[in-house]
Amino acid sequence: MLFDYETLKLIWWLFVGVLLVGFAVTDGFDLGVGALLPFLGKNDEERRVIINSVGATWEGNQVWFVTAGGAIFAAWPIVYATAFSGFYIALMLTLFALFFRPVGFDYRSKVADPRWRSVWDWGLFAGGFVPALIFGVAFGNLLQGVPFSFDNDLRVTYSGNFWQLLNPFGLLAGTVSLAMLLMHGSIYLQIRTEGVIAARARFVTRVTGAVFILAFVLAGVWIMRGIEGYRIVTMLPADAVSTPLDKVVEKAAGAWMDNYSGHHWLWLAPLLAIVGALLAIVASGTKKTIAAFISSSVMIAGVIFTAGIAMFPFIMPSSTDPGSSLTIWDAVSSHKTLQIMFWVVVIFLPIVLAYTSWVYRVLRGKITVESIRANEHNVY
Amino acid sequence: MIPSAELVDLSRLQFAVTALYHFLFVPLTLGLSFLLVIMESVYVMTGKEVYRDMTRFWGKLFGINFALGVTTGLTMEFQFGTNWAYYSHYVGDIFGVPLAIEGLMAFFLESTFVGLFFFGWNKLSKVQHLMVTFLVALGSNLSALWILIANGWMQNPVGAEFNYHTMRMEMTSITDLLFNPVAQVKFVHTVSAGYVTASMFVLGISAYYLLIGRDKAFAMRSIAVAAGFGLASALSVIVLGDASGYTVGEVQRVKLAAIEAEWHTEKAPVAITAFGFPNEATQRTDYAIRIPYLLGLIATRSVDEQITGIAELREENEAKIRNGMIAYSVLEKLRAGDASDETKMLFEKYKANLGYGLLLKKYTPDVADATEEQIRMASRDTIPGIAPMFWTFRIMVAISLVILFIISASFYYVAKRSIAEKKWLLKLALYSIPLPWIACEMGWIVAEYGRQPWTISGILPTRLSTSNLDPSSVYFSLAGFVGFYTLLLVAELYLMFKYARLGPQSLHTGQYGSA
Ligand code: HDD
Ligand code: HEM
Ligand code: HEM
Repeated sequence: MLFDYETLKLIWWLFVGVLLVGFAVTDGFDLGVGALLPFLGKNDEERRVIINSVGATWEGNQVWFVTAGGAIFAAWPIVYATAFSGFYIALMLTLFALFFRPVGFDYRSKVADPRWRSVWDWGLFAGGFVPALIFGVAFGNLLQGVPFSFDNDLRVTYSGNFWQLLNPFGLLAGTVSLAMLLMHGSIYLQIRTEGVIAARARFVTRVTGAVFILAFVLAGVWIMRGIEGYRIVTMLPADAVSTPLDKVVEKAAGAWMDNYSGHHWLWLAPLLAIVGALLAIVASGTKKTIAAFISSSVMIAGVIFTAGIAMFPFIMPSSTDPGSSLTIWDAVSSHKTLQIMFWVVVIFLPIVLAYTSWVYRVLRGKITVESIRANEHNVY
Repeated sequence: MIPSAELVDLSRLQFAVTALYHFLFVPLTLGLSFLLVIMESVYVMTGKEVYRDMTRFWGKLFGINFALGVTTGLTMEFQFGTNWAYYSHYVGDIFGVPLAIEGLMAFFLESTFVGLFFFGWNKLSKVQHLMVTFLVALGSNLSALWILIANGWMQNPVGAEFNYHTMRMEMTSITDLLFNPVAQVKFVHTVSAGYVTASMFVLGISAYYLLIGRDKAFAMRSIAVAAGFGLASALSVIVLGDASGYTVGEVQRVKLAAIEAEWHTEKAPVAITAFGFPNEATQRTDYAIRIPYLLGLIATRSVDEQITGIAELREENEAKIRNGMIAYSVLEKLRAGDASDETKMLFEKYKANLGYGLLLKKYTPDVADATEEQIRMASRDTIPGIAPMFWTFRIMVAISLVILFIISASFYYVAKRSIAEKKWLLKLALYSIPLPWIACEMGWIVAEYGRQPWTISGILPTRLSTSNLDPSSVYFSLAGFVGFYTLLLVAELYLMFKYARLGPQSLHTGQYGSA
């Protein structure tokens, strides 16, 4: 085998991070655009402009979400099992909200009745708003630890409930993610539209950008000062075949800062998040929309890796039984499976990126009220 | 602690409902995407506008269906984790692999290009656009391949081994997983079923235009394409849908016996029971009409091999349960830290039947000390209900015969250029549109209900596979799915009917719609 088990376990942490960033950067702006739809589009034609700015490509973007789910299943099966059954109600609400999107995009403009269209507009709003919020809330709760434990058969029992997820820090993390994706969506709208819609979007970028920076910094301070992190006390060697039951873990104030104080260059991640946001605001103000988009993409990557690095090597710490916590060393598939999936990703991800960029190139250009009128029956 | 019966039944119900909904949309996507490729290829080769309009019009209906395929598919991707957490842990090392590959290799392809299919008409050359359509079809059919490799593995779990330290199945051979004979049979049968479904759809709706005397040229050409493609697919679904390949794999043998209500092993040559009333109480089939030789020919491709009957399979399984009890007690020793070579060797010897031991968990936590009564009950569980299997299978087969008749007759009259006058056939085709969907749903019930009591055949009982959820959570999600899906289905059918009635005039090219 090309890589030893330990290296592969590390690589897979990186891969899942990359898939999550891919999802948040691509489908992230679709979620943001959906959540902004009823507010930035004041009449039917404006709304159609907004919908068509993402209509042709959102579907491929959503596959990042599906693939991240599949990849976690293959590489971290026990994480897939524990996270999705533990956050059951939250995930169901996310799914129900996401249901509005495929149907909303495709069906909305096929019937002229304004009530029909209005229902789907608000459906698309929910399909963007709810997931953008819940993903952040979920991350916020991972950082605080979640109440679950394993028995000797490795069957997981989760002892929390949905309402407990909506705690102050969870909601703050939800705000970070919502502001981030609204901002990203508003920047994408500036690329694809012009006139009043682009102007309104520019305003949104400024407001959500400011909210994002504030909330992100606040969350950072809170993690440093107020939230107990987790730390591995003893475990089997990193290249061993192990299960979550094979280690001892302690909860300790400031433990989420261990990696940052051990490796100062890691501060780059939160730095990129804030600098990316600032640059995006400036670039959007001067109508350099592509530069703004790149900056907000950097911001998103910065945010996801900031949280990932704080928790590393934890994926899902357990608040009720810290020893049951899931880490990248003991929540993974077998060496063989990680190896196979490594090759699958290395071969297919570049192909996906290549044809996705080709599709974006073919479909580039501004969507305008005139272009909608000219293609009345063929666009969404 | 093992999940309550209520929770397991609810989780099964939810899986069945969401999967059966998903499969209302899947077959049309699989088949219509290839019909679009055929229509557009003719357009590119001949330059005739009507073929472009056909691609665009049937493409509109394709899009309406595709949206719900994606909606319902999303649920499926996450449902293993939400509701089948122990399952996901136990087999994720193998089962997750095809699911992840499906995303990277298939879903990206179909979903990235489907947008370009609709919005790229004026931005691409003819050949480029045809290529895009082809990639959508390729993507959706590849997705079927990967998910059926996953599903085939549940029916016949090859290339994997239990690891007592991690308490799960781990992959030993990826090639065994990929070339699983059960998965191959399933793939061919299922995609052919999709092609038949789409052919009947295009045929039936086009028949409607001929019946009301509108858009005749458009309808005739659509029928010609659908009848040709449909005939090949219908033959494939029937010839390759036979039970060959169902003699490998533990559960597949049980299914075969159940489908045929083979209560006892019968000496070769084996007859098929075409009709009758399976009676669980007397363990025989009342009023059976039997056709000699046929089952042997279908299932084993020979007249001198026998097919194991239900009673004998149950006895075999009882012996496996006893071995499973030994495997379980040795496993407990291993888990408690006894790492002696002797214990390990003993486990190696019996671990293949560990799953059968786990069947007893339904009756007692102390698997190793189960009573004779409990062993008997567990072995009875290994046989699914005979009557549901027997009947759902026969409905599927009866429908194939009707479909084969409609499609061959259409093919014949298209060739004789007189289909427009055969009102009876056109009406039959129109009203038969739902039939392939019914056959598909029946097929899945045969395949999945027939796998009970296992999620992974011979390895993991359904009873142990679920998450530890509060039943109220599952009531909530189940109600949500049923309510949501039903509303979306109503919207979908409304649009389907609206656009199917409008016909190609919905393209606003100004050429269609008059009688
Ligand atoms: C034989 C074919 C088949 C079967 C058995 C399944 N699917 Fe499916 N699925 C498809 C064939 C398909 C498709 C043809 O590719 C779909 C259906 C309609 C569509 O739009 O794409 C699709 C869509 C679809 C999507 C949306 C993909 C996207 O965004 O492009 C997901 C996430 C899944 N499916 C997941 C599943 C899972 C987890 C299944 C098993 C439990 C499953 N499907 C059974
Ligand atoms: C879309 C096509 C499918 C349909 C229509 C379908 C249908 C069903 C039905 C009717 C059941 C309930 C059986 C019962 O409890 O009696 C079921 C259960 C189940 N199926 Fe499928 N199935 C499909 C595809 C799949 C695939 C592709 C997989 C795996 C990759 C799968 C995995 C399962 C699991 C895990 C259960 C729950 C456990 C069980 O009750 O056996 N199904 N499915
Ligand atoms: C003579 C005709 C047919 C025969 C003998 C036949 C046979 C079978 C068998 C034995 C199964 C069970 C597979 C399993 O247990 O894993 C099955 C499943 C299935 N059938 Fe059929 N079938 C026929 C026609 C059809 C038709 C016409 C359709 C739809 C248009 C169809 C759709 C399906 C589907 C979707 C499944 C589930 C997937 C699978 O397990 O392969 N079948 N069929």
